[in-house]
Amino acid sequence: MTRTALSGWGRTSTSYADVLSPNNEADVASALASSPDVIARGLGRSYGDAASLAGGVVLSNRELNGVGPIDANGVVTVGAGVSLDELLAQSIPRGWFVPVTTGTRQVTIGGAVAADVHGKNHHVDGSFARHVLSMRLITPTGALTVTPEVEADLFWATFGAMGLTGVVTSVTLGLIPVETNQVLVDTDRLANLDAVMGAMKTGDDAYRYSVAWVDCMSRGKHMGRAILTRGVHAQPSDLQSSSLSSPREAKLFVPFDAPSGLLNPLSVRAFNEVWFRSAPRHEEREPQSLATFFHPLDGVRDWNRLYGRKGFVQYQFCVPDRSAETVVAAVDLLSSSKVASFLAVLKRFGPANQSPLSFPLEGWTLALDIPVGPSKLPDILDRLDELVIEAGGRVYLAKDARLSPEKFAAMYPRRDEFLAVKDRIDPERRMSSDLARRLDLVGR
Amino acid sequence: MENAFGQPQTLVVLGGTSDIARGLTKRLAAARAHTIVLAARSRALLDEASEEATAHGAANVDTVVFDANDVADAQRVVTECFEKVDGPVDLVVMALGLMGDQFKKEDDAALAAEIANVNFAWPVAALAETRRRLVAQGSGRILVISSVAAVRVRRNLYLYGGAKAGLDRLCQGMADSLEGTGVRLQLLRPGVVRTRMAEGLPNVPFTTDVDEVVTNILKGLANGDAVIWSPPILRYIFLVLEHLPKALWRKVMDR
Repeated sequence: MTRTALSGWGRTSTSYADVLSPNNEADVASALASSPDVIARGLGRSYGDAASLAGGVVLSNRELNGVGPIDANGVVTVGAGVSLDELLAQSIPRGWFVPVTTGTRQVTIGGAVAADVHGKNHHVDGSFARHVLSMRLITPTGALTVTPEVEADLFWATFGAMGLTGVVTSVTLGLIPVETNQVLVDTDRLANLDAVMGAMKTGDDAYRYSVAWVDCMSRGKHMGRAILTRGVHAQPSDLQSSSLSSPREAKLFVPFDAPSGLLNPLSVRAFNEVWFRSAPRHEEREPQSLATFFHPLDGVRDWNRLYGRKGFVQYQFCVPDRSAETVVAAVDLLSSSKVASFLAVLKRFGPANQSPLSFPLEGWTLALDIPVGPSKLPDILDRLDELVIEAGGRVYLAKDARLSPEKFAAMYPRRDEFLAVKDRIDPERRMSSDLARRLDLVGR
Repeated sequence: MENAFGQPQTLVVLGGTSDIARGLTKRLAAARAHTIVLAARSRALLDEASEEATAHGAANVDTVVFDANDVADAQRVVTECFEKVDGPVDLVVMALGLMGDQFKKEDDAALAAEIANVNFAWPVAALAETRRRLVAQGSGRILVISSVAAVRVRRNLYLYGGAKAGLDRLCQGMADSLEGTGVRLQLLRPGVVRTRMAEGLPNVPFTTDVDEVVTNILKGLANGDAVIWSPPILRYIFLVLEHLPKALWRKVMDR
């Protein structure tokens, strides 16, 4: 086997591992039995080191790619390596949409389980786990079918655990019906963070989908100015013409690494200015395609190359409702420290689920991309961690590439409960990753 | 594991009592380094440095005593350091150096041999063992402290500069050899730094203090630069100095 260089979407911390692509459960099981350290990997869209494992074995799930029939209730069983893009290509023409989608279609179902992903509808529909009926999970001590009733603690422990309970090979989930491939979108341009948070708090319940894009570079009375977009699936009667065609592949792409420093405070500030002014002040029921509304990140392929050789980190945290001022403090800290950050994404979360390591908790979440480079950046993010912990919140492991084990434990107080489940099915702690090592989840 | 900013959790420092090594160790301990092994010649200084690392947040600090004049001992030292970490090592810093007193004892064979051993032979032997262990591990970094004196060897300091030049060039090849292994080697080329080693050196332009060097190292680790210059402007100054005609070079440097 030749070692392959693997890094996350942020292209930091490259490490080398042996990569295998099993296409059935038996091959997954034998890889688990013969390797001291293993982790599954999908499309590599987690930003940090969750799907890399230096010196170990990484199992690509992409050959686990079967898509079963969709029944009358929208229930479908798919291989863990099927991407949302591949699933949607089959389901949308039949009138079904995924119940939860990330900002890109380029994530696998296995990855969606591992990160317990959320979308713009978390305040209504919860995270991915709520829509999963059962899964096949290959652990180092055997293959199991897990459901909310059978092996319930293992079922829940798997969501948000970034692959550390075993390799998910297939997932049965419930899709939601759609009658068109359009969303009716209301857009509002809001002058500052207080205004947008107020609007979301009072108005989000009327929409299935809601997200705000926040400018973290502007200061003063425009600090945190934002574009709020909210929508519902369109009915055929809402549109002049309607169809159920599936999204097309991006035509734009980034052919090579941009020079590091292309995205600097000056260029980002200019971009944010143009972006903010080009949005309508207020617009109602504008039809947008599913792809435009849900998957803006798929408009340009390989966009992570824009950040150059040094890569970038994404910081996403959530805090409970009572700590809304922490969102303001975070934007203030970032905008005053002048680290370049593209538009940040602000969302409201509904109630948390029962997974010990699932990220969302009821309240607010903010996510932002920052290029690696400024020497003060590590300390600024460490300071943000402290704000988040004080507020009773946490950061999202799917995005993390730099958290310390102590702060992880403070953010995820049910860590030990998770490890108790893991130790039952993986007593040698074979399911590991660079992230697990970094956060002290597998011992050394 | 190191994080996205190249901040290590486990650290081995060979020559761990040098001023630059101590400054770096403190900052890394304050960031993410919880397990640190320091190796150096003086037991007393090691105790001081390890107390310092603990005070800055490292949970486990251990030490190894060695004499860099004993090249045959290098493998033992590296082995002991890795065993004391007891797990993957994220960063190995090669921080030993001996400037010696060339002005007083230019033709002293014993001194020449000692300078060559401490600045070149011992580090090379230690790097061989370090390389073997990190490649097996599939991850990790090596930071080798070279010097701007290695870029073009000058008349007054050719024993030190020549030995560092040997190490510097060897490391360039070793860095290339590590491509595809998951291990990285980075070189630090500092100018004159206000340290114990540099006591008595004239205060030349671009002299920095230890803190500034450490800041540049941390930035270089985050950015993955193959060669870290400190201060960064020396990269360009030495590009010029390196190509000066000899007479002019000596005029500039032999003051």
